[in-house]
Amino acid sequence: MFKILEAEVLADKTYKMVVEAPNVAHACEPGQFLIVRADEESERIALTICDYDREKETVTIVFQTIGESSYKIAEKKAGDSFIDVVGPLGNPAEYVNEPIEEVRKRHYLLVGGGLGTAPVYPQAKWLKEHGVDVDVIIGTRNHDTLIMEQEMIDAVGEEHVFVTTDDGSYKRHGMVTAVIEDLVKNEGRKYDRCVSIGPMIMMKFCVKMTRELGIPTIVSMNPIMVDGTGMCGACRLVVGDEVRFACVDGPEFDGFKVDFDSAMKRMKLYKSEEGRRLLAYQEGSTHHGGCGNCG
Amino acid sequence: MAIEVDMMKKVPVAEQDPLVRARNFDEVCLGYKEEEARAESTRCLQCKNPKCVEGCPVRIDIPGFIEKLKEGDNAGAYEIISEASSLPAVCGRVCPQETQCEGNCIRGIKGEAVSIGKLERFAADWAREHGINPVKKTSGNGRKVAVIGAGPSGLTCAGDLARMGYEVTIFEALHKAGGVLVYGIPEFRLPKDEVVAREIENVKALGVEIKTDYIIGRSETIDELMEDQGFEAVYIASGAGLPMFMHIPGEQALGVYSANEYLTRANLMKAYREDYDTPINKGQKTVVVGGGNVAMDAARTALRLGSDVTIVYRRSEKELPARAEEVHHAKEEGIRFALLTNPVEILEDEEGLVKGIRVIKMELGEPDASGRRRPVEIEGSEYEIECDTVIMALGTTPNPLISSTTDNLETNKRKCIVADEENGATSRPGVFAGGDCATGAATVILAMGAGRKAARGIDDYLNGRQ
Ligand SMILES: Cc1cc2nc3c(=O)[nH]c(=O)nc-3n(C[C@H](O)[C@H](O)[C@H](O)COP(=O)(O)OP(=O)(O)OC[C@H]3O[C@@H](n4cnc5c(N)ncnc54)[C@H](O)[C@@H]3O)c2cc1C
Ligand code: FES
Repeated sequence: MFKILEAEVLADKTYKMVVEAPNVAHACEPGQFLIVRADEESERIALTICDYDREKETVTIVFQTIGESSYKIAEKKAGDSFIDVVGPLGNPAEYVNEPIEEVRKRHYLLVGGGLGTAPVYPQAKWLKEHGVDVDVIIGTRNHDTLIMEQEMIDAVGEEHVFVTTDDGSYKRHGMVTAVIEDLVKNEGRKYDRCVSIGPMIMMKFCVKMTRELGIPTIVSMNPIMVDGTGMCGACRLVVGDEVRFACVDGPEFDGFKVDFDSAMKRMKLYKSEEGRRLLAYQEGSTHHGGCGNCG
Repeated sequence: MAIEVDMMKKVPVAEQDPLVRARNFDEVCLGYKEEEARAESTRCLQCKNPKCVEGCPVRIDIPGFIEKLKEGDNAGAYEIISEASSLPAVCGRVCPQETQCEGNCIRGIKGEAVSIGKLERFAADWAREHGINPVKKTSGNGRKVAVIGAGPSGLTCAGDLARMGYEVTIFEALHKAGGVLVYGIPEFRLPKDEVVAREIENVKALGVEIKTDYIIGRSETIDELMEDQGFEAVYIASGAGLPMFMHIPGEQALGVYSANEYLTRANLMKAYREDYDTPINKGQKTVVVGGGNVAMDAARTALRLGSDVTIVYRRSEKELPARAEEVHHAKEEGIRFALLTNPVEILEDEEGLVKGIRVIKMELGEPDASGRRRPVEIEGSEYEIECDTVIMALGTTPNPLISSTTDNLETNKRKCIVADEENGATSRPGVFAGGDCATGAATVILAMGAGRKAARGIDDYLNGRQ
């Protein structure tokens, strides 16, 4: 059992938890993820590692409720436990294993969209701690859905954090792509690498922009996963005409090579079925299905 | 009631009716009752040079245990089997007997071979039901060995080492021990609670510790296990790896699964049970591509989830690599076979959902490297099969996780870990390997046999006998 030490609501449907998970906390690096199972009947849900403390042997997860099993995770409180936490999964970000002098020569632009802000945080922190230049863009729907702004500012400094909202309710107004363009074209910033994490549609457009600007871009893919260990093949993606597996070959890939359209299509299947399951779960016995109202 | 025995024929075994079982996940074959087993045992000729034993990868003394059954000494039969096999209740159910022991049986020349698999299963089930445990715990020698993977190979190696007195820890990536026995082979062929869980309990009873949710290569590397955690030797039994795909158009469409994913959802994550959350796309019409056990299991699982099922296989019936019994059962249950047929494209609708599969007919040409005649396309014979789900059961490629995080661990050109067939030794001193991760996808009995040999290899190594 893996004990939950803290549980907090960050925004609507967005939760943060600190969990005791020694195996993960000892070994994880920025870029990696983990899998949680709430209880015996639950699915294995892949989640972002947002922070870790090697001494306290804890990891911090940030997630949104989409399907029934993530709902069950969210219902847990401090003091409760998860039946399984496994990780770290996937490969660390590429710079973790590169000679640090090389990494220091680069200027990094990290782009976090929505929940993607959470996995960007350990990357920002790592780069800053290793003396690497880094700017962070946080994109979100509106002021209420914004997460982790203060943590990010604490990690890299206020002048390096750029928040933008879709509706202009807070700080900059517009998509992250507009901010990237502004920073590079109008504000004289220069980047050698971009790391973009967020909804697939955002990463797709982000890559379109950075390609134009000639900034090599890494994206972190979060397809459907089952085992997360390289056994089932559910997490397959097309990257540069090759079938690759996000859990063993990724989750980070060269954004210029990822086929986002087929990846987005694949996400749909379980979303809808999970969505239906969720209804049944929330509404309990009042939901019998087949009425034609909820599809 | 005495059973009349036709010496030419196997004593029939009770099975669930095909039409009933096609709708449930209960075990298909009900196994011999005591008097049936006794009757079947009289068919054994007790050959002086038993060919059946030669056909058994772990050399069970087959005439010996059958003789015990004939004498009514079921416990004695079990004891003999246990000397050579650590998972008899499993192997009695899933071994390809027709190409191993039963394939060599002298009875089989004129009539039907002795039903060795069913007798093995009977002895093992009887022992379990009567609480007989093969385990004899020896006092520990305080030396630590790590095993990676709790499939049949890892469990066997761990069990044997524990019996020799080693302190053994199994590290298992998934949340449950058993490997393919829990996530791949379905409940209706291999009951998980009664059979698999009990075998695992037996291994634990020997003092083996199983750490689940623990991925070697990520949580810890092999070097860390040996240098920091004091393990003197490591046995890698991490299984066959990632599913292969065909690289044909449409393979990313919604409704295309690997058999591993489909079966994992159904078996390990119990998508077929209402009380579990796992979603699975219950198709109306399913096409399964492939002809091995994995394909049969996927097909029969889809059938039980309510789909109409067609198996597409590019060679002919004779070449189907699946166990004969599974092919027979699949047909009885109403699964269609499109043999000598190969997919060329998966068709999708506007939303990206599978709506069919385009296939081409094949004919058998010259033998290839495997000795089997190579299928070649018949030009102009393409046609479409309507379906909403496609399951690919084409085999696996090794998972790079362990080999890429362990220095100087030699792999072959298929990327499998190179291990000595006799003792499991790899290119790294103290590191041993076996089962599917060394051979590529094979069988339970071979994986188990490799685990057994590696246990001896490790014992020799640690005592300086190598
Ligand atoms: C659907 C299906 C049906 C089959 N039917 C039959 C049959 O009827 N008869 C037959 O004889 N054979 C059959 N087989 C083949 C047989 O199951 C395998 O050959 C056998 O299970 C191999 O055993 P193993 O111990 O080598 O590997 P596995 O059973 O694959 O076990 C490997 C274990 O290692 C774990 N692991 C992997 N990587 C790591 C890591 N890095 N760290 C920790 N743990 C790790 C895995 O999670 C897994 O539990 C079938 C296979 C499948 C998939
Ligand atoms: S999640 Fe199963 S192979 Fe990646």
